[in-house]
Amino acid sequence: MTESNGHNKRVMIIGAGIAGMQAALDIAGSGYQVVLVDRLPSIGGHMHQLSETFPTLDCAQCIMTPRTVDVGRHPNIQLHVYSEVEEIHGEMGDFRVRILHKAAYVNWELCTACGACTEKCPQAVPVAFDRHLEMPRVLRTGKMRHQGTGKAIYTLSPQAVPKKPVIDVEHCTYFQKGKCRLCEKVCPVGAIDFEQEPSVSEERVGAIILATGYELYPLEDLGEYGGGQVPDVIDALAMERLLSASGPTAGVMRRPSDGREPKEVVWIQCAGSRDPELGMPYCSKICCMYSAKQAMLYKHKVHGGQAYVFYIDIRSAGKRYEEFIQRSMEEDQVLYVRGKVSKVFRENDKVMVWGVDTLTGLPTEVAADLVVISPAMIASEGTRQLATMLGLEVDTHGWWVEQEDNLSPLETSRPGIFLAGAGIGPKDIPEAVSQGSGAAGKVLSLFSRWGGPPDTAE
Amino acid sequence: MKVSYFPGCTLNTTGKGFDRAVRASAAAVGLELVELPEWNCCGATFPLIVDNMLELAAPAHVLVAARDEGGSGLVTTACTTCYNVLQRTNLFVREHEEERDRINDFIEAEYEGEVQVKDIVHLLRDDIGFDAVQERVQKPLEGLKVAAYYGCMVLRPPDEVAYDDPDHPQSLDDLMAALGATPVDFPHKNECCGAYLAVREPEVTREMVYVILRSAKAAGAEALVTNCPLCQFNLDQQQTRIRNSHAGYQSVPVFYFSQLMGLALGLDATDYGWSRHYVDARPLLRERGFWNETPDAENGA
Amino acid sequence: MRVRLTAETVHSELVHRVEEYSGQDLMACYQCGKCAAGCPVAFAMDMLPSQVIRYAQLGLVDKLLESKTIWLCAACQTCYTRCPKGIDLSRIMEALREIVMYEQGSHMDYDGLSLEEMSEWPQQAVIGGFRKYAV
Repeated sequence: MTESNGHNKRVMIIGAGIAGMQAALDIAGSGYQVVLVDRLPSIGGHMHQLSETFPTLDCAQCIMTPRTVDVGRHPNIQLHVYSEVEEIHGEMGDFRVRILHKAAYVNWELCTACGACTEKCPQAVPVAFDRHLEMPRVLRTGKMRHQGTGKAIYTLSPQAVPKKPVIDVEHCTYFQKGKCRLCEKVCPVGAIDFEQEPSVSEERVGAIILATGYELYPLEDLGEYGGGQVPDVIDALAMERLLSASGPTAGVMRRPSDGREPKEVVWIQCAGSRDPELGMPYCSKICCMYSAKQAMLYKHKVHGGQAYVFYIDIRSAGKRYEEFIQRSMEEDQVLYVRGKVSKVFRENDKVMVWGVDTLTGLPTEVAADLVVISPAMIASEGTRQLATMLGLEVDTHGWWVEQEDNLSPLETSRPGIFLAGAGIGPKDIPEAVSQGSGAAGKVLSLFSRWGGPPDTAE
Repeated sequence: MKVSYFPGCTLNTTGKGFDRAVRASAAAVGLELVELPEWNCCGATFPLIVDNMLELAAPAHVLVAARDEGGSGLVTTACTTCYNVLQRTNLFVREHEEERDRINDFIEAEYEGEVQVKDIVHLLRDDIGFDAVQERVQKPLEGLKVAAYYGCMVLRPPDEVAYDDPDHPQSLDDLMAALGATPVDFPHKNECCGAYLAVREPEVTREMVYVILRSAKAAGAEALVTNCPLCQFNLDQQQTRIRNSHAGYQSVPVFYFSQLMGLALGLDATDYGWSRHYVDARPLLRERGFWNETPDAENGA
Repeated sequence: MRVRLTAETVHSELVHRVEEYSGQDLMACYQCGKCAAGCPVAFAMDMLPSQVIRYAQLGLVDKLLESKTIWLCAACQTCYTRCPKGIDLSRIMEALREIVMYEQGSHMDYDGLSLEEMSEWPQQAVIGGFRKYAV
């Protein structure tokens, strides 16, 4: 390895969501080597699950794929997907990172991404990418059966980068019961490898960017909203999948219980956010905007439907955000009911929503066909462990702690380790992307100060 | 297992039949209830004014009796309202030193919250075990579609009193299943029945009760069961009014949990308070063969 | 006529008494309405449970002392259980009842009660009712 004064001018970016990808492209574009790690089988993070983005209603995959393809192809970006960071030693200029590469049970060198394995796999599985939705399918016999929207051998989406499948061991018939192996039979290049082992590699980098992103608070922990037990009560990302043209219903509005088109849809805001009693006193920032967006998209698909948003306040502080909210009311007749919902329960084939309109002082209820919960944003799983590994802090809620809130929002207490994106706290896409570039700038500034040519792996 | 027992004023008077059922059923499953030799009414509501020491004196006095005369360090009750008051008082005394001193001064005792208060269904679930109850069932209540109604007192505030999920409780449902019945889940099992509002606002209580009964019936219940005598009274008595104000309403019997326990355990249920029901529960029981026929079956108590 | 809000009225003696008796910080309530949405008696009230706090925040406690709402609270604790700020509204209701009863005496029509009615009710209903509505 070539080193300039013990300063390794390579960067590792942990998390390949939009913030991580932006940072990767900025740094790689400047001629330096990037090692980009993500735990999922393909890059793009949560944005890849979205239908359209606010406030422009751009198709998320359409604006993202040029970026993901760039990242996937870039000569200066070494991509490690389906991988996790296990250990980190060293200091700025010389970090030594051990990475675990999980077993995909598919030889990606041989795989041509033809998709035959996924198509032929007989095991329908509820998948995390579709928020474990189980949709009704009418069989040839006429009976209705609920099943997951993915398969045991899968790629996350049709536009996945890299577009290489992995096998979900927990749901694969071969791994669970020793039978099947149909994917192996249909693979034209013999890429299926049930004996594949996880592997480990070590990378040496001079700087690290943490772009670990977020998750949504689970519906199971919101007892008064059904506790995850009512099929037609879904979370915001599940709604994105139902709205998405590349989603499980090809963008046709169908509800999970019986596949019918919902005529009355309720959005419940602040489910967990702004709730000190539940341990999340913060506002999750993006939900007012995304619920308006989802309500509009719903109305564009179901012209005769009614959308209700039960809110406490509407927070629309970004550029053109307020105009977007007003548009949802004026053009798409979304009814905003000011009052936090107390209880949601099933009654026959409806989901009853018990709320209140504080503005008129009337207790209200809606017999909804579909209820979309806007749960609190929480830090990605594993953030705390990563923090311990790095000797860094996360706050009580699991968000990365910045060096200084106001003037050093992308630095940590350790030199050479920077932050970007929703892992620091709830934020929207433009902010995450800006922070990706910001963190990249910090790294490039370091590399520039160190002087000399970029470093390669070996 | 031997535990101190606090009957509470209602189970000692209008609910005496339920109390007899509690004692007999408990004994039949190996839970020996030893009534506190001296006790007073718990006060029926937990005082919500922060410095209402006087209203705390009564339940505190019960807790002192439980400590001094109980012996086991554990006191149980079969009325969820009593459980709520005693439990909340106990926690309050443990956590507030200054107020504790004032109460102790007044009741002339030195109580620091040494006793543990446990609702009887909690005991049956965790200490006796519903499996053990099921083993002793002689006449399973097969096919009885009964909706377990919990009310408020045993669930809220959850961090003080709940031993079950406050939004989707299961303990009473599971007890019913152990007795061979078919528990019917319904969304309003934890919705308030009105409690003491019955005294001043009977029409309001009627509507609150209607929400609960309608929901239970819509879920397929042919009867309800509860473990608070005031809830039992409201759900039962209000049906007379509901029949007049909601056209087509069909009444359903409302059991006290100990009545069903006694029946399923094959005990003599004659004096378990049947004549005090507004909606007579006996026809349904007889029809299904759950009624334990004895010479005095007609009279009830 | 406008309601005039002043430093004195917003932090009046009555407001202090409500806060003192209930032990609750009235300004902590951000008026989300979840208490009102879940209150099983809200349908019968003349103002929403959440509006009880709102009037108190504005210093308009007199209006509350005249309301029917405070007498309809069943102390079911649903509001307290679900409030994201952990405010015990049932305590505020009781504080207001106490303030009224200190001035005006018991809020029960004892003479209107028949012995027959009383003997039907479970003991705890009588005791609970008397505790909430009598001084």
